[in-house]
Amino acid sequence: MVSSIANLVMVLAFAPLLLGVINKTKALVAGRTGPPVVQVYYDLVKLFGKGFVVSRTTTWVFLAGPVLSVVAPVVAVLLLPLAGRPAWLSFPGDMLLFVAVFALARFFIATAAMDTGSPFEGMGAAREVTFSALAEPALLFGMLALTRLSGSVSLTGMLDIRTAGAWQRASASVVLILASWFIVLLAENARVPFDDPNTHLELTMIHEAMVLDHAGPAFGFILYGVALKLTVFAALLVTLLIPARPGGGALGLALLVGGLAGVGVVVGLVESSMARLRLVRVPQLLVTATLLAGFAVVLLVR
Amino acid sequence: MTAGGTTRNGRALALKDVPSLEPSQFRGWLVNGVRDKGRRVVSYFGAASNAAGGTAAEGISLVAVLADDANGRLSIARTISDGTTFESVVPEVTQAHLFEREIAEQYGVRFEGHPWPKPVRFHHSYRKGYDAWGRSVDAQIPPGVLDFFRVEGDEVHEVAVGPVHAGVIEPGHFRFQCHGEQVFHLEIALGYQHRGIERALVGGPTKRTLPYMETAAGDTTIGHAMAYAQAVEALSGAVVSAHAHAVRGIALELERLANHVGDLGALAGDIAYLPTASYCGRLRGDFLNMTAELCGSRFGRGLVRPGGVGFDLSSDQVRDLRSRLTVARTDVTEAVELLWETPSVRERFEGTGTVSPDDAEALGLVGPAARACGIQRDVRHDFPAGIYRFVHLPVMTAHHGDVNSRAYVRWLEIQQSISFILSQLDGLPANGTRAAAGAMRPDALVVALTEGWRGEICHVAMTDAAGRFSRYKIIDPSFHNWFALALALRDGQISDFPLCNKSFNLSYCGHDL
Repeated sequence: MVSSIANLVMVLAFAPLLLGVINKTKALVAGRTGPPVVQVYYDLVKLFGKGFVVSRTTTWVFLAGPVLSVVAPVVAVLLLPLAGRPAWLSFPGDMLLFVAVFALARFFIATAAMDTGSPFEGMGAAREVTFSALAEPALLFGMLALTRLSGSVSLTGMLDIRTAGAWQRASASVVLILASWFIVLLAENARVPFDDPNTHLELTMIHEAMVLDHAGPAFGFILYGVALKLTVFAALLVTLLIPARPGGGALGLALLVGGLAGVGVVVGLVESSMARLRLVRVPQLLVTATLLAGFAVVLLVR
Repeated sequence: MTAGGTTRNGRALALKDVPSLEPSQFRGWLVNGVRDKGRRVVSYFGAASNAAGGTAAEGISLVAVLADDANGRLSIARTISDGTTFESVVPEVTQAHLFEREIAEQYGVRFEGHPWPKPVRFHHSYRKGYDAWGRSVDAQIPPGVLDFFRVEGDEVHEVAVGPVHAGVIEPGHFRFQCHGEQVFHLEIALGYQHRGIERALVGGPTKRTLPYMETAAGDTTIGHAMAYAQAVEALSGAVVSAHAHAVRGIALELERLANHVGDLGALAGDIAYLPTASYCGRLRGDFLNMTAELCGSRFGRGLVRPGGVGFDLSSDQVRDLRSRLTVARTDVTEAVELLWETPSVRERFEGTGTVSPDDAEALGLVGPAARACGIQRDVRHDFPAGIYRFVHLPVMTAHHGDVNSRAYVRWLEIQQSISFILSQLDGLPANGTRAAAGAMRPDALVVALTEGWRGEICHVAMTDAAGRFSRYKIIDPSFHNWFALALALRDGQISDFPLCNKSFNLSYCGHDL
């Protein structure tokens, strides 16, 4: 129980660092010094110190979006076994809750976007909802494959150290799931090649376009939510790749932290080496992710 | 068919030698020239009738300049209109559409049959009491308030962008009619940057004239200053030294380099391709600094002067420039080649924002935007003046009319410009003193063309009996090209707009003047 809470505290405290690692990687590859790794903390402090304006056309939904964007990853962390510590909450089928909380948050962020009546935010919401509907099957297919592999229908069982034994039995499936989920991570967290977190061009944005009207603390929640969500997805990948022994202690923790930083560097390298996809091509890549996860299932049931 | 007069780039001719045609003949000459003889409208503007050598107290003169690119000739004619209505040529000559809107706004002439006659820059008519839209003299004319095309339908939505943008760019208003992500139509409304430059030039030249030219479009300082200098030199008969011609050519190509390199970086930035975006951002600064090496200003302010150049190039500077340029050539090659070698970039550029060669011809596009459609059109080649009479540059073209072609033409021109500058530095003529531009010829007219980095810059100067400017018309390349951006977006994706916009990179203030 206590150690599960430790997981939560750790993620809450260090999530913004992951964004910092990505930005630093991009800066170094481009030959720049870049902002400090802890820049996102400064940004958050700045945002929470600001006042903010709320449009008269909006309703309570407008503020529910930012709140849910933080709540969803917090709930998701409670379902994940991290660094050898058990999940705080574990029950058969909890993987569906994991997917559902993010869907709920997305519903509220998209609704908050449309609440403003701005055409940009409407476009952003339409894009986000379309693309995440295509990303969700990939996540679920991957979980289906892990269920088959581990014989468990909860995240704790799936990501158990025993699944690691599957590396010998079904390495192809695990690699396929990792590839598929990495694509989902990039899509769900608005990274290149799906979205460009740096752009100021409202017509090309996906995620950023939805939150144009959120300012100050509300935007702070959004930004923090983005960092948390990215960390949760990265933690999911790392735990699948290198599961820690139960009660893994310092070694488990080091592997997790190192793994998270590694994901950050890889994301940074991807963003430094390729252009963003044309918007009409995005569904094709997401369907590819679903197919990869689908093949993982096929390999296991043959 | 009545023929217009013929002139060449930068050659002054007496106003009385500009054929004055009857309105119907004038219209016939214009339509015939563009539709049948394949000429294009370089300039078409109004002037007070007495300014153009006319006699009628009321009414205005219309002057048109058509280019015969293949033969390097300019065809010119004028007519006197009664100053209230004129039959539009736009149904036959599409590329005249914005010129007629401009004349209508400046001189209060209504063009009968113009398909979409709207204001351009939102100012009162130059002739008090005449207004093409019947607005009263003291009416407020707020910019951007006008009719837009509308598409109606259940799933059609309208997106309005600007005039205030998210980036640090100039103001302009863009109205999209969309069906989901697909753009049916884009309409562009400019005019927010109107400063009244053309009006302020009448009666000149004065101390302010050159600064006005250099800031007509701030990123094309050398281009506009060169066109102006060429016009004044033609009218005053000043002889420019070979040294000054070479320095001007070097400065013009450095301006092209800085902007083309910056554009390629910005294109990469728009598609989130960081390597090229980062390096080109720095390299643009390197080229700007080379211009600063010439004259102390990164944008080349004060370098080009009528009669010569404001700053001579010493042998130390030549050595320094050559070594800096050689280094920059290596860097820029490395940074830009990545664009053509990276599949994700090619995928994004190719087929985006295509303008067909037919549309490009019909709209009379100029500069890299035209050359990207395979059109051989470059003032340096077709109407060479100054240093370009001695150094012949082949025209760089690409053939798909898309973002990739516009980017690739820029890359070809970057390489060409660097070689040009290096060869000029090698054989730079000895310093020549700046010839004083004396008094200008009275009652004369000159057309001066320069290939700026965006394309053809056209200045038409007319002098009065005292040898002062009675009318000075500036046509920035953006004036020809803005409509092509609207066409590039048609049936495209709205998310591709910023990329298409960057691939044209047109000037707002050059259009608004």
